[in-house]
Amino acid sequence: MAVGYEYEADRMPARLWIVPIATTALGSAVALTPIVVQVPVVPPFGLLVALAWRLLRPEMWGAWMALPLGLIDDLIGGAPLGTAMTLWTIAFLAIEIAEQRVVWRDVWLSWRLAIGAIAFCVIGAWGLAFLAGGAGPIWLIVPQLLLSILCFPGVMRLVAVMDRWRLGERAANSR
Amino acid sequence: MAPPRHRDRGFSRRASNSLFFGYVAAAAGIVLGLGLLLVARFDPLAFQGIRGLALDLTAPFSSATRVVARGGDRVGGTIGDYWRAGAHNAELERQLAEARRALIQAQIDSADNHRLRRLLKIVGDGGQPVVVARIVGSNTSGQRRYATLAAGSGEGVRAGQPVRGPDGLIGRIAEAGHGYARVQLITDGGSTVPVRVVRTGQPALIVGRGDGGLDVRATTIGAQPFRRGDLLATSGTGGVFHEGLPVAVVTTVSGEVAAARGLADPATLDVAMVLPEVAVAPPPPPPVGAH
Repeated sequence: MAVGYEYEADRMPARLWIVPIATTALGSAVALTPIVVQVPVVPPFGLLVALAWRLLRPEMWGAWMALPLGLIDDLIGGAPLGTAMTLWTIAFLAIEIAEQRVVWRDVWLSWRLAIGAIAFCVIGAWGLAFLAGGAGPIWLIVPQLLLSILCFPGVMRLVAVMDRWRLGERAANSR
Repeated sequence: MAPPRHRDRGFSRRASNSLFFGYVAAAAGIVLGLGLLLVARFDPLAFQGIRGLALDLTAPFSSATRVVARGGDRVGGTIGDYWRAGAHNAELERQLAEARRALIQAQIDSADNHRLRRLLKIVGDGGQPVVVARIVGSNTSGQRRYATLAAGSGEGVRAGQPVRGPDGLIGRIAEAGHGYARVQLITDGGSTVPVRVVRTGQPALIVGRGDGGLDVRATTIGAQPFRRGDLLATSGTGGVFHEGLPVAVVTTVSGEVAAARGLADPATLDVAMVLPEVAVAPPPPPPVGAH
């Protein structure tokens, strides 16, 4: 079993592993807009895309993958290095633990896990900014939080489409 | 849907080992991330090299989105050329459109000129500016209030330098890449600017609230230090900002604390001027023969 798995992994074309990472980085870059805003309004799309990949393809990434993805997000967004690295990794580990406890998965469970992870990461980012002495009042993040939660199913749809494109004919074979 | 099969790693020692080491790596990563956060807390410029590089690479993103919107309006114009008799007409229309474009451009240039001249007029009071550059964008989902400036260490921009616009103080440079820099706005929760009430000369501090507003705190005790409409300008205390840069106007007063609005409206920030940091006087030499 393990040998066959490794063999397949060796032949994996670049597209298979680049697409999830590239789309996550692209999601992180969505928030960079040519306007200057006074309150955080745009959902953290990098986090949403990473969570969508994680929930859609649990076997693809270990929990440690959140580290480089978070680093990319920190570098693109300009947050202090370690913010997204720490928060995303804790969220990924928590999802992993939660998944081992449930027997049946469905889309509602995915969304609930995502809501928990999004709330943890957004509030955590605010808390870290607060500790660093530069956060606004906490009620400012409520609209961003709600918007992120509502956006998540859409992001998951998009990621599913990209996943199908990424896998090409492999997807058809595996179903 | 049943749980995916791959979760069941069975008795393969190799697979369970790699899963275990994945967890170890993740836990070690969390510790590493917390360490990085601590470093950033006590030395904000610690990773300026790699952060500046990332800034240089990603800043063009926000500029690029401006280009996409153009180009859709040309389709209609070509239909008229189908008629031979209308060729002359089309030619004239093309010239007219060109002239109109030139006229609009001229109007934009004139407005630009006006603003830049206003900016130049204030050069005198604060020494030569390091550079005048455009504000190209900001991170709209981050918790801190930073803007991106299209000039970096290549033009002499350094962390700590004050940045002002035509109307007043914008903030100061937080970190600089080679071609771009990040400006901490005065509305950021971590920003503090020593100011003076222009009417009375009383010292005060302007602290960003993080929600677009500013808090003004009196540093001396007195009866009603602020009045609505008071202009606040930098006092030069602390040696970062030059004396006399306009910063904000008091909007509401409640006792010793007042709320203020920045004079430079971030929504309309486009051109900014980076000023050199005021050199703090060296400490006096130790007294001779003290011991």
